[in-house]
Amino acid sequence: MARQTVVRTENVRKVYKMGVVEVEALKGVTLEIYAGEYISIMGPSGSGKTTLFNMIGALDKPTSGRVYIDEVDVAQLDAYELAWLRCRKIGYIFQTFNLIPVMSALENVMLPMIFAGMTSDDAREKAAALLDRVGLGDRLLHKPYELSGGQQQRVAVARAMANDPAIILADEPTGNLDLKTGTEIIELLREMNKESGVTIISATHDHKMLSVSDRVVWVRDGRVERIVNREDLHIEVGKIDGQAE
Amino acid sequence: MAEREVGQQIVLPLSKAVELSAKSIKVRLGRSLITMSGIILAIAFLMSIGTSNAVLDRLRQVDDPKVQSVLQTKGLDLDSEAVREERARNTWLVVLSLLVCLVGIWNSMLMSVTERFREIGTMKCLGALDSFIIKIFLLESSFQGVVGTLVGMFLGLFLSLGMSLGTYGTAVVKYFPWVAVLRWGGLSFLIGSVLSVIAAIYPAYVAAKMEPVEAMRVDR
Repeated sequence: MARQTVVRTENVRKVYKMGVVEVEALKGVTLEIYAGEYISIMGPSGSGKTTLFNMIGALDKPTSGRVYIDEVDVAQLDAYELAWLRCRKIGYIFQTFNLIPVMSALENVMLPMIFAGMTSDDAREKAAALLDRVGLGDRLLHKPYELSGGQQQRVAVARAMANDPAIILADEPTGNLDLKTGTEIIELLREMNKESGVTIISATHDHKMLSVSDRVVWVRDGRVERIVNREDLHIEVGKIDGQAE
Repeated sequence: MAEREVGQQIVLPLSKAVELSAKSIKVRLGRSLITMSGIILAIAFLMSIGTSNAVLDRLRQVDDPKVQSVLQTKGLDLDSEAVREERARNTWLVVLSLLVCLVGIWNSMLMSVTERFREIGTMKCLGALDSFIIKIFLLESSFQGVVGTLVGMFLGLFLSLGMSLGTYGTAVVKYFPWVAVLRWGGLSFLIGSVLSVIAAIYPAYVAAKMEPVEAMRVDR
């Protein structure tokens, strides 16, 4: 079954210079991410998970190796093209929500649309619809400080979907949320994934994410340790917890 | 992929940048006022020196015996060495205070940029071009500059008038040097506004050069 690859890395290495010492954060990662899948990248701190995530999300360039988004080598793109990519193709969700504090929820969701060239009226209409979809239809004009963490993250999800991206990149989306709220956000992302077919790539510690992921990429020590498919996940969890599924 | 569509990418209308800048100033009003107080004082100083000089020059030319006697008593009637020295000193002081003001704005804006690393990184992740980020910070500084300059101009003018009235009496009102004062006003406005923009150039550049990945930093 030939599936379309939306992101592809080819032997990606990343070396950081910490003073005199060189740290190899990624030691040659080759990975394929298919369109429409919900994939989680998991690993302990310092495993290279975040570095890999930044590579995939066009936030950083590899020291060697290539990253292809929709078969385009990210390293060859200039500033304008990168901005276009981030605006139209990728939606970002952050652990710290990162809403613009001086703007209302509606204006926050509108912002990427305005960057994409939409008129204010069209943007406002679409943003209101998106906020309604994530359950914040009655809080359109609230500013971020008037919203709870979970609500802010919902606004962030709506904002990430603003320009109908091909990929949503979520960095520890539940990191600052409690159990119940975190589960709600994971569910919301799964709904977005099913409804619109957007590929969701998430870097996370949260094991709650395991049950909604199509595949889980375990990263350790700068390498992909193993990739587990959904069907085999239950066996995985069984092994970790020492309990039968 | 992006060849045709990049051309369509509309650089964000200036109005959005203006909106964001105005809102940012409102939200950080305390910080804005502190930045502006530097401009207010420096421009007030400039304006008051200019106005005082203009008044004195005007009064010297006037053919009124009462005025001349007041000037003579104070030793201000002749263009003496002492008067010229004082003017030079005042010019030097004004230049210094404007430089201090410039450094103050520079520092304040740089602090603002550093604090807002997440906001800047996020906007870049949403597709903002470097030029948009620069626009935001230059606009913020210009707003503060223009408002601060206007306040400073009027403050300087009134202070100087008050002092002149005290020194020369009602002659000041009778022989008010409108043209010269207006010229000084224009000059102060120009200097104040341009100063605020120049001081913000480096901080705006620092902001524009921030990488989007800064948005991901959990701590600072």
